[in-house]
Amino acid sequence: MVATRYKTAFQLYPYARVEAQDHAPVRHPVVIVGGGPVGLALALDLGQKGTPALVLDDHDGAGLGSKAICFAKRTLDIAHRLGAGQPMVDKGVVWNVGKVFYADEKLFDFNLQPDAGHRNPAFINLQQPYFEKYLVDAIHTAQAAGAPIEIRGCNCVTALENHGSYTSLTVDTPDGSYTLEADYLIACDGARSPLRDMMGLSFDGRVFEDNFLIADVHMKADFPTERWFWFEPPFKAAGQSALLHKQPDDIWRIDFQLGWDIDREAELDPARIRARVDAMLSSQAGYVPEYELEWTSIYTFQCRRMQKFRHGNVIFAGDSAHQVSPFGARGANSGVQDAENLAWKLDLLLKGLADESLLDTYATEREHGADENILNSSRATDFMTPKTDISKIFRNAVLELANRHAFARPLVNSGRLSVPCNYAGFDLFGEDALDEAPAGTRPGMPCPDAPHGDGFILDHLGGGFTVLAVGCEATDVTTHGIDAKVMQVKTASPEFTSRYLGEASAAVYLIRPDQHIVARWSHFDKTAVARAIQTAIGKA
Amino acid sequence: MLTLSPNLADPDGFYEELIRAHEGLTKEQSDAFNARLILTLANHIGDRAVLSAALDAAK
Repeated sequence: MVATRYKTAFQLYPYARVEAQDHAPVRHPVVIVGGGPVGLALALDLGQKGTPALVLDDHDGAGLGSKAICFAKRTLDIAHRLGAGQPMVDKGVVWNVGKVFYADEKLFDFNLQPDAGHRNPAFINLQQPYFEKYLVDAIHTAQAAGAPIEIRGCNCVTALENHGSYTSLTVDTPDGSYTLEADYLIACDGARSPLRDMMGLSFDGRVFEDNFLIADVHMKADFPTERWFWFEPPFKAAGQSALLHKQPDDIWRIDFQLGWDIDREAELDPARIRARVDAMLSSQAGYVPEYELEWTSIYTFQCRRMQKFRHGNVIFAGDSAHQVSPFGARGANSGVQDAENLAWKLDLLLKGLADESLLDTYATEREHGADENILNSSRATDFMTPKTDISKIFRNAVLELANRHAFARPLVNSGRLSVPCNYAGFDLFGEDALDEAPAGTRPGMPCPDAPHGDGFILDHLGGGFTVLAVGCEATDVTTHGIDAKVMQVKTASPEFTSRYLGEASAAVYLIRPDQHIVARWSHFDKTAVARAIQTAIGKA
Repeated sequence: MLTLSPNLADPDGFYEELIRAHEGLTKEQSDAFNARLILTLANHIGDRAVLSAALDAAK
């Protein structure tokens, strides 16, 4: 029997007995454990490239509750490439403005709206179950087009044995258990990763001594679509900080920072939660609007990561590999970047076009991403939850000064929102041979979007290697089995020019399948591009 | 002229270093550290008018 650990919001992959349950273990090239945002994005990406992916999930759909709610532009760009982005943006709440309060006083507001000329907004708020549902919808579309993706619901991995070149998994189902084998096992099974425990691997870092109460409330309210954050909120029993943020379906996310020494049971009593929510809402609206508690939870902050994301042919991605505090939206957003980084590398390896060592670059690049997220997230948490008297004195000094002087505002930290990872300086990146070119398109950076023709430039980059040429002629470049297709920009939009050319009159970019820039030049040189491709697949 | 617009290249990094400098200090030691820090920065600034303006801005 497979235990039900949580209720599902949507049934997406109901249990269905498969023949393999009655036969000798079947070997799969890639088995992904966990059908959350990371596992699903990885399966979809692999399947679209023609590499078989089997997803095992111990439930039959998306878990109930908002969980991750803030999805960043980079994630939406990835989802768009995978064919799942549009419904997310259509359903999501687009927001740009945030306000920061200190008790009764508004300190400042900020606007995240990026400069014009991007398909996707800076952020949307969307409950995680929707995010997962749209990925599964896209998986169904891909399956119909022949993509070798399979999802098995209510398939719970209870044991694993690593044989070096492959891993055997014991999988429990409503019909009993069976065994299967994986050439590559990808653990996308969340922060409490059972696979990590089964392998006896540690997950080290800091636990922040604080409890946060989440209340997602359903109400019709005409608060603006903004992120409101209070330090030392003026309403009763709100704790040391509070957050109000809108989601789709008239759901509002409310967070209260309760402190360390609390009675969890008592704090989760709906009457007690309602008292807090009443106080917050009435202080803002002047009355208590009608509302229902949709989902409540208490969580503690942890910032930690596995020392290594790759253990032979077992690879960890998303929360199983790294965990951060939520202020900054760096959990799911970084996990989806893990999936995208891993997908093309695993695909090349399984097609015999790359060596095992390419998987090590997944680990080094994404460990770097995790470190950056942990750093930002720890700093935000330290600011919000000062650990010592003196740090509280400084924190409050910053808040007091921020009200009067602009200089103190950049020091106010209620979360530094997720930005795309930059891999500059890592092994797989090549030369920057374009003088006086924009910094935002240096090797290592993800391609910024820009209008192109009737659409956007990212739509034309696809999921393979691309030679992007502007102001000069280029051709496809084939080397080591990699076919880099040329994308010729004949008419450059002003945004494209400012993001990719700067002062230059011509440019050639090599872009890898996850749309990160490998190298760039002032003119097309086939040999140089071929060399950069070799660098990008670890065969230089 | 006292600069009151943002002027720190890496505000989060500086703030972290500042708080870390106080780690393990008693209340008395922290106060003394702050005093030494202010005096060091004041010397770097040098300009009397700017220092007076800063004393006023921090009130």
